[in-house]
Amino acid sequence: MKKLSNPAIIIVSAALVLTSLVAFHSSASNAAPVPTPEIVMLTGAGATFPYPIYSKWFSDYNKIHSDIQINYQSIGSGAGIRQLLSGTVDFGASDAPMNDEQLGQAKTKILHFPTVLGAVVPTYNITGFSQELKFSSGLLADIYLGKITKWNDPEIMKYNEGVNLPAQDIVVVHRSDGSGTSYVWTDFLSKVSPEWAGKVGKNTSVNWPVGLGGKGNEGVAGLVKQTPGAIGYVELIYAVQNKLPYGRVRNAAGVFVRASLDSVTAAGAGVAASMPEDFRVSITNAPGETAYPICSFTYLLIPTKIEDANKKQIIKNFLLWMLNDGQKDAEPLTYAPLPKQVVTKELKQILQIE
Amino acid sequence: MANNPGPTGRAAPNRRAPALIQGLRSGDTFAHLVTLLCAASVLLLTVALVYELYINSTTAQHKFGLGFLTGRTWDPVSGEFGALPFVYGTLVTSALALLVAVPLGVGAAIFLSELAPPRISNALTFVIELLAAVPSVIYGLLGIFITAPFLRQYGEPFLKRTLGFLPLFQGPMYGVGMLTAGFVLAIMVVPFVISLSREVLMAVPVEQREGALGLGATKWESTWQVVVPYARLGILASIFLALARALGETMAVTMVIGNDPKISSSLFAPGYSIAAVIANEFAEATADLHLQALIELGLVLFALTIVINGLARIVIISTTQKGSSQ
Repeated sequence: MKKLSNPAIIIVSAALVLTSLVAFHSSASNAAPVPTPEIVMLTGAGATFPYPIYSKWFSDYNKIHSDIQINYQSIGSGAGIRQLLSGTVDFGASDAPMNDEQLGQAKTKILHFPTVLGAVVPTYNITGFSQELKFSSGLLADIYLGKITKWNDPEIMKYNEGVNLPAQDIVVVHRSDGSGTSYVWTDFLSKVSPEWAGKVGKNTSVNWPVGLGGKGNEGVAGLVKQTPGAIGYVELIYAVQNKLPYGRVRNAAGVFVRASLDSVTAAGAGVAASMPEDFRVSITNAPGETAYPICSFTYLLIPTKIEDANKKQIIKNFLLWMLNDGQKDAEPLTYAPLPKQVVTKELKQILQIE
Repeated sequence: MANNPGPTGRAAPNRRAPALIQGLRSGDTFAHLVTLLCAASVLLLTVALVYELYINSTTAQHKFGLGFLTGRTWDPVSGEFGALPFVYGTLVTSALALLVAVPLGVGAAIFLSELAPPRISNALTFVIELLAAVPSVIYGLLGIFITAPFLRQYGEPFLKRTLGFLPLFQGPMYGVGMLTAGFVLAIMVVPFVISLSREVLMAVPVEQREGALGLGATKWESTWQVVVPYARLGILASIFLALARALGETMAVTMVIGNDPKISSSLFAPGYSIAAVIANEFAEATADLHLQALIELGLVLFALTIVINGLARIVIISTTQKGSSQ
């Protein structure tokens, strides 16, 4: 007690702290390698879904160009957009395209560069049943609206002839955290069901009519696994990596398609022709017989005006590399690569960066 | 703790005070200033926190007014936000947690401090303190993989069979929901109750026990009628600390509560808590109003904590005045 109040002790410890700080600082600056030229640091922030491939791209790019370091924080699409708008990062990343209101807040025009495609699949856990189910698009909407509540409902049996579904209650599971996955899922449901569009709508988080919320893909998958009779939706990658059962979904052409990298890329190709110049397009329920209907692009968000000439060139070079060599990394990491038509369009868009 | 005067500790500085030389007097001022700054920083931090929460949610405050507190809809698409389901979920799960944790915790503390042999007491205390340091996400996993399936298969059907006439125990049983969240919270806060209550019970002067035993009380009578009442303020304090932790717990709750912003009379039903919805939706809240509503929820949680802590103060003060043990 007495010793603690002694001012000498305070002064000594303060001095110790100071010297150690100074020592740390000087050693840190000494440790920096002298001979290398200036390292250019770029920072980006945004979507979590493409994080595995982005981190591979940025680390690979750093191996080719050792003087360029790109840091990416996967803090969520919404937060990435906010950081980009406030100018604290060099580029953003988002699963859903920015809306007009957000683009209006930007100081300079912002370009959308699709990087890879992702898909969302319905997964389920029905007691004593492990076959592949077929879902018509309206059926999924009705289940998520709480209108179909039993697994042996005639609407489900209609498309799954010959399978023996129990009279089990359907437990709907959705994402509780705001997420691009939910955006794609609700975007699809809004397109195929006018009732869903009117009552619920599309967003990264919505007011779910029924069901339990799980945090993240793992939360949804966990709830589905644990709850008999559950249905949920997860990213295709997550379902593949964790060997979850998932169903076919009927696409706009009326074909029941199983989600795969090919059927997802096909969906991207399906809308490529009618794609607007700014790439802000939803590719859910895309035309084409082989197109899987619940998928989307994920975007890098790049401002058109970049003050720093050096950074501007790096970003342009990186985009070029990403659209060519980078695309080869997609499939091993179970992302669907961009269709050719989209790559060609994006190469043109790079020229807009000044 | 408060009622343990600790005579030796307090007298020491006074005895040595005359021996202080003049030069140290300025040192006293110095130390006084430094510690004052440390104390002031806490206050400053609190003020800054409230200010930030307030200023960043003004649009939402203007738009919804007091209706924010009574609104039951949370719809980011149409921009309609109400806090009531979250306040309800937070209060119900915390109350459930205390209902389970307090008897369990205080009982264990009494055993550890009064009845158990010292060796067992020390070993168990070590384990309990270890439990208090386990990250909450681990408790969340425990909840998902053990508590929720257990409650769905055995606990909830049992409650439905025996107490099913109450609206609290009706409806479908998912395993995840407010009951599970309350249980997981109870498991999380019990180490706090045990460890603090035990400390307080141990601090009860031996004379109190000896006096009771000398008057012919049995061991249990002395414990229950003398030691526990003597330590009740400290035990209350431990309960309020546990409550504070339960109110603000985020990760473990969101993993097992079901995350559905509805008010349901059944404890089996999924619910949502304030901390959980902020953690869930903050990163992806793209609309300004959505973000503001989430920040305003933070303000509501802050106010809730202050009100509950204020009530705790009042309880403590009123028991002190009525109490005979002081």
